[in-house]
Amino acid sequence: MWKTILRRFLILIPQLFILSVLLFLFAQAMPGDALRGRIGPDTHPDLLAELRAHHGLDQPWHVQYWRWLTALAQGDFGTSHTFQRPVTEVVGDSLANTMRLAIVATILTYLIAIPLGLLAAKFKGKIVDKAVMMYTFVALSMPTLILGLFFILVFALRLEWFPSGQAVDIIADGQGGWTRFVSQMHHVMLPAITMALLGTVSIIYFLRGEIIDNDSSDFVTTARSKGVPNNRVYTRHILRNALLPVAGNFGAIIASLFTGSLFIEVVFTYRGMGQLFVNSLQGRDYPVIFALTMFFAVVLSISFLVTDIIITILDPRIRIK
Amino acid sequence: MQHSIWKTMWKEICRDPLAIIGLAVFVATVATVYIWALFIPLEAMDGVFHLRLAPPDWAAGVPLGYDNIGRNVLHYLIIGARNSFNIAFMVTGGAVTIGMLFGLLAGYYGGFIDYILMRILDFFTMIPSLIIIIIVAALFNFTVVSFSVMMLLLSWPATARLMRSMTLRQGSLEYVSASKTLGTPNIVILFREVLPNLVSIITANLTITLAMNIGIETGLTMLGFGLARDVPSLGRLIEFGRTAYNMQNRLWLWVPAALMVVIMMLCVNFVGQALNRAADAKKRRA
Repeated sequence: MWKTILRRFLILIPQLFILSVLLFLFAQAMPGDALRGRIGPDTHPDLLAELRAHHGLDQPWHVQYWRWLTALAQGDFGTSHTFQRPVTEVVGDSLANTMRLAIVATILTYLIAIPLGLLAAKFKGKIVDKAVMMYTFVALSMPTLILGLFFILVFALRLEWFPSGQAVDIIADGQGGWTRFVSQMHHVMLPAITMALLGTVSIIYFLRGEIIDNDSSDFVTTARSKGVPNNRVYTRHILRNALLPVAGNFGAIIASLFTGSLFIEVVFTYRGMGQLFVNSLQGRDYPVIFALTMFFAVVLSISFLVTDIIITILDPRIRIK
Repeated sequence: MQHSIWKTMWKEICRDPLAIIGLAVFVATVATVYIWALFIPLEAMDGVFHLRLAPPDWAAGVPLGYDNIGRNVLHYLIIGARNSFNIAFMVTGGAVTIGMLFGLLAGYYGGFIDYILMRILDFFTMIPSLIIIIIVAALFNFTVVSFSVMMLLLSWPATARLMRSMTLRQGSLEYVSASKTLGTPNIVILFREVLPNLVSIITANLTITLAMNIGIETGLTMLGFGLARDVPSLGRLIEFGRTAYNMQNRLWLWVPAALMVVIMMLCVNFVGQALNRAADAKKRRA
């Protein structure tokens, strides 16, 4: 198994390399460069050329690529053109906000999904089960962005329970400490609820299916015939086995929340990595775009890998060859 | 064999009232959109200046009002829906075809072919496809066709993976080895014997992919990373909801398109659920 993990990590290197070359070629083909928007219409062409040369934008792409790669090897992601700050700082700021959103959304997802899955399985075929299944259909069919719009309309603009944008209140941010934390949580709630409500579907299906399957399995029949009380069978025998695949699903949930946050952030104007990505793209801020794309690629593959590892640890029957 | 699986699928749909309603609403909506779109003149997309943002007026026969450049929103909705459906159908068809062939080959032949195909698949899975689409959208103006091609990149790996694991399972069954012993060529086994057994899974997968693609297209377009600005789409209408004023006070601009997307996806998923049951003998309702 360790060999597999090592191999998966090693494969990551050529994959990231190909991806970064592709990105550089895209960047070369994109109209406009990082100086766009920072120059007036009457900027002297000589000055412009000088600025380009200063940033190294006049060199062919492979020279720029090599410079970027060697800097990266030394842990330097470059400087953001737009913010004139190191990319690591710029990304770090928004990463904290995105992480908060992802964590709160994950917790909410499990908080909603596990009880619903348990209820649906326990009352299989009854009205409760049907209601839960109906909810999963609607959640499956509801694009996050559209639900986000309706939620902003109802809960932020009409009822004014939640703020409709930003990651934190400016005044509360200045006060720091507890006030800031409360404000951050208040801002993160609505997008997190939106994501959580729609992210529960796979967990509910898994849990319900596993419980129902286990319920009719031999070891449960044996336990029942030995006279183990029903509740105990349920908690000790069925649940333990049924929660395994749910835990195995964890990596996939994280991956989908990260990529999902890319879009939900734009709709909620939440200042995270998604927003940063879109803004850098519009400002042609390549160092930030590259760093973010690489980050997303690494997060995606690691979460797939983690999923596989968790499954192997939890279920010895499945062995990675 | 082939005959009976279609029958089973149809039976499952007929047994489930939600699936029947879903199928009926879906077919009716698609038919209405495609037929109605034929009768909407091209000039309808030009807009009338003094009618900009005029609210709905049932008496005048404009139930959905006008948009920001004076286009009849109802007409725009129909033309936009046709584009959105076109994309969804093309992408789904393409993704399922590619994924099916890919999965069949990898799963059936195994060994070296499987290894190479899986590495290709791994690469596509790892690419943050949405990010690539966004970057390319900043580069080119997407038309209906070029956008469909980009979306194909996003949706085929999932189908390929599913098909591979299903083919693997079929490949180890006795009827395959029996057929091999009789000397049936691999290609015949693959397409005449294994494939028919997977038809129900493919169809169920088809519906789920279709629903997903409707959502992805409108989502990307409403954020400005999808179709070019001059191509009508449901996402373009939903985009109006992104400004607080339009969202609260001009519901006619974005709510109909948003509801249309949700209802279409719901209908497709209801049908898909019934097909899923047909694909799995254990879940069939006796």
